[in-house]
Formats: sequence, structure tokens, C-alpha cells
Amino acid sequence: MAGSHYHASAHASADAAPAGPRSTSEAAVSVSALVKHFGDVRALDGVDLEVAQGSVLGLLGPNGAGKTTMIRVLTTLLKPDAGSARVAGFDVVRDAARLRAKIGLAGQYAAVDENLTGLENLTMVGRLYGARRAVARARAAELLERFELSDAAGRTVKTYSGGMRRRLDLGAALVAKPPVLFLDEPTTGLDPRSRLQMWETIEALAAEGTTVLLTTQYLDEADRLASTIAVIDHGRVIARGTPDELKDRVGGEHLEVSLEQVERAPQAVGVLASMADTPPSVADGLVSVGVHRRSGAIMEAVRMLDEAGIEVRDIALRRPTLDDVFLALTGRAAQAPEQGEQAVGAGGKAA
Amino acid sequence: MRRLLSDTLVIAERNLVRLPRAPELLLAFTVQPIMFVLLFRYVFGGAIRTRGFGSYADFLIPGITVQNIAFGGFVTALGLNEDLHKGLIDRFRSLPMARAAVLAGRTSADIVTNALSVVILVVTGLLIGFSFHTSLGAALGGFGLLILFGYAFSWVFAFLGMLVSSPEAANSVGFIAVFPLTFISSAFVPVATMPAVLKAFAEVNPFTITVDAMRSLWLGTPAGNNVWGAVLWSLAIIVVFAPLAVARYRAAAGG
Repeated sequence: MAGSHYHASAHASADAAPAGPRSTSEAAVSVSALVKHFGDVRALDGVDLEVAQGSVLGLLGPNGAGKTTMIRVLTTLLKPDAGSARVAGFDVVRDAARLRAKIGLAGQYAAVDENLTGLENLTMVGRLYGARRAVARARAAELLERFELSDAAGRTVKTYSGGMRRRLDLGAALVAKPPVLFLDEPTTGLDPRSRLQMWETIEALAAEGTTVLLTTQYLDEADRLASTIAVIDHGRVIARGTPDELKDRVGGEHLEVSLEQVERAPQAVGVLASMADTPPSVADGLVSVGVHRRSGAIMEAVRMLDEAGIEVRDIALRRPTLDDVFLALTGRAAQAPEQGEQAVGAGGKAA
Repeated sequence: MRRLLSDTLVIAERNLVRLPRAPELLLAFTVQPIMFVLLFRYVFGGAIRTRGFGSYADFLIPGITVQNIAFGGFVTALGLNEDLHKGLIDRFRSLPMARAAVLAGRTSADIVTNALSVVILVVTGLLIGFSFHTSLGAALGGFGLLILFGYAFSWVFAFLGMLVSSPEAANSVGFIAVFPLTFISSAFVPVATMPAVLKAFAEVNPFTITVDAMRSLWLGTPAGNNVWGAVLWSLAIIVVFAPLAVARYRAAAGG
């Protein structure tokens, strides 16, 4: 019986025969008026959210915004105080046990056993999903291969680098081929190369049809991976849309041009107006040009200014950051990290 | 129920596989008991009069095995607390596994390490003059009682491990709570030599009852109600602390 359980989830990502009460039109994740307090802190303050099947939702917000609490409620680790949430067709409170067979979770800190080998870690997780030892081992070997950890499969995890641990952690989340995957800040603390690798892996999973809900503090990460972004602040969703919609609200990418002769700025504005999404502006001698969704903008601007005989000292493409998003949405910068969320995540202690 | 059993075995296996890879923990099971036996036998042994026992070694071994096995559960407290902080408990709780298996697997693994520890202790004892004075059945019954008593304390430590904020805290709280209990008992000295207040406490201390039960099973001293008393104490400790630990497991992880 345990074996069949495993296989049911193994094929669910293809979703040919939906298991459980889910109808084909139902969202993979749907959250309504969700509230969670820790003492006086409203970590979630009435969140509504939908993630369509097979899509990637980026939950974007600063530390302490409620991202981790959201993930913990959706993965049945925390019970909400009010509101409701369904994942893969199951209620997070009433159907928690069945829901767990449909999800994978990878956290900000790699939840793997340092004193076990990579193979032992993934085999253990497979067996806890109900697979027999041989099946679990085969699946573990397959995942280690996929994440380029085969060479390290027999080494204890304490010898792994940060990036390797994170890949193993993601592997553990994928053991049962879950149709819905939760990734809590999957690249926080990774070096640029590991970060890129993680992005490619997540993109591949999404391409295979896995529904992904990921949290991040980085707009570029959400931009690259997510088909929809929800911006969360103080436990509330303050904006949602496609990355392009969101960037439009923020003002998108800007070219910042600094001139050898500042007094020629008005002339530069005239020259660059033809390539700008929004009328160029000048502030502190810097010419700012909105060039959202345009490739080769730097070359184009330099050429046009050169033809007009205007000398450029420096030119840079500036992408909006989380701070820009918050500034545009709330009129203030993203707040400094609050202690609460991480402490809650680690030990279950309210802030 | 079948699921609980198989998940418990998976977790127990995990805890045993990782043990030899944490050498400092392995020392606690092997070298430390030998050290204590030798210290007590040769430092205190000459000064302690134990009327009615063939030698201090005979008196000591049943007592020190009981003390030692009670502390065997320390690994559970440390391990659970570490799992909690490293996010492994979150991982387990997000899996469709039996809820009680993480704790049950942990305490079951202690049975194996405790058995190893007892064997090392008894062999050391035999080398320094201890001998069994009873039938094979009674001696084996003694081993059974030790394992049961150790299992009961694993649940005490499981509760403790889920309660405190860090592995270091688990260490010191556990030590302060359990160490005096083991000493204010008949484990190392005859209770009759203690001041009245300590004596009164020592006589009702489950450690005294269990140590006396062990002496009757291994040395043939009069058993009285001690053997049944010791079994009942162990079961009572499990009945109280296992549900407490499971409740704490659910709560600590935020559920």
C-alpha cells in the first residue's frame, strides 16, 4: 500500500489522472484571507493568493514580511489562525496528511543530515514517503545524478559546499516528484555560480509542469523565474502581476548617463528621447532614460550621443531592485530585516 | 500502525548509521562508562563499606549500570534539539510520515546504543572483580530491566530536547536534573549512611528501587517488591513523558 502511495505521487506532475478531490480547473495553491499571529505580530494579515497549476509564483518581500510564515502554513508546518488555504486540492488543516504526499519543501537552510551521505539522505526521505528501500535508493541515485552530486553520493554531507547542500536539499524536496514545490529563498547565501545553477534547475522543473511557489528578496530572481509575482509586506500582499507589469509600475530599467559636459544635458535628453519609454529626465547632472524591455540599449545610446557629438563619461543600465519596488508601491524603502520571521522559522518561537 | 513501525525503523536506522560518524558521541557510550567504573572502584571503593556484598565491585556494577543507562538518553535530547535547529524536524513534518516516528525512532535507536554501553560496562566489571551470583534467567532479566529503564529515560530526554533552546542547554539542564537523582540513591553507597532527609528521599527514589532490583537480579539480594516496583516506575515514566514529548514535538515545530 505504501508503494502505491509513492507511485501515485510519482506521476502526479504529469497530472493525467488527478488524484484526490481536485478538479482540473482548480488552482494548485489557493489562499483566502489567511491570518497568522505570533503574539502581537501579525505575520500574515489577510493574504489572498492563487497559483495556477504549472506556473511559478514569486513571493517577493523583505525579511520579516511574512514569506516564511506563508510557506510554513502552506506546507502544514503551521496552523493558520484564520482564513483557509488549499494546496493540490487539499485543505492545509483538514487534509494535512494527504496534502503532504503532494508537496516538496526546500528551505533557506539546507535541511539535510550532515552525518549521512548524500545517498543516505535522499534514500531516507524516499522511505519516509513510503517507498521500499530499493525503490528509494534508485530514486535517490537518479536525483544525485540530476544534481551533479553522483561523485559525492557516498560522502557525508558535512564535506559538501553550500551550493551542494542546497542542491541536495532540493533533491530531497523532489524525491516523490511532487506536483507542487515550495522553495523558501532558494538562493539566499549562494555564490553567483551556484545561484545561476539553482535558477536553471528551477526553470527546468517549471518546464516539466511542476507548480512552484518560491519566496525571494531579489527582484531579479523573481523576474527571471516567476510567471507571476506577489509583493508581500507586513503580512499583506501589496501588489501582484507579471514581472513586466510590476516593472512597469516601478518604472522598469533605466539608463543612467553621465556627461563630460554637464551643461549639455538638455541636448542629450533631446537626442535620447527617441529611444526612451518615458521622457528622459535630468537629476544631479545624470541623464536618466527609461529603456524597459530593450536589449542593446547601452550601445544604442552611446552611438546616438556620439553622432550628436556629446561626450559620455559613464553609462550604466540600472535595474529596479526590491527597494525600488517598495518605493514605488509604498512610498518608502523596504524595511530593515526584522528578527521575527527567521526565529519563528528556526525554532517555532514567536518573535 | 504499520506505517508508524516502518517510519520508526527508518529514523532509528538513520540515528544509528550517523552515530559512528560523530566520534565524540561514541566516546560517551564506550570510554566514559569504563572511566567511571574504574574511578569508583579504585578511588572510592576502598573507603565505602558495603556490608552483605562480596566486594565493592559487586555493589557498584548494578548501581553504575543503572546510572549509565539513564544518561543514555542524552543522545536523544542532543539529537532532537540539533534536528530542530537545523530544519530537519521541518523536513520530517512536511513528509507524509507517521507523526510519532521521529521521536519513537530516536528513542528506539537509544535501545541499541544503551545495550552496547551496558555490555561494555559489565565486561569491565567482570575484569575488576564483579561476578553474577544468580541464574542465567535472572541475569538476563536484569539486562531486560536495564533496557526498559533506559528506554523510559530516553523519553524524559526526548521531552527535554524538545523543550530547551539549544543542545548546550539540553546538556546542562539534563545533567542538573538527573545527576543528583542518580547520586541520592543506593547506586554508589548504602542509603543507611546518608543524613535523614537524603535517606528519606533515597528510599523512594526510582533509582534506588531500580538499583536494588538489579542487585537482586544479578547478586541474589532479597528482591522484595523492587523488581515489580522498578518495572512499574519505568512504565509510569514512559506513560507520562512520551505524550509530553510528542505534544512538545507538535508545538515546538509550530503546529
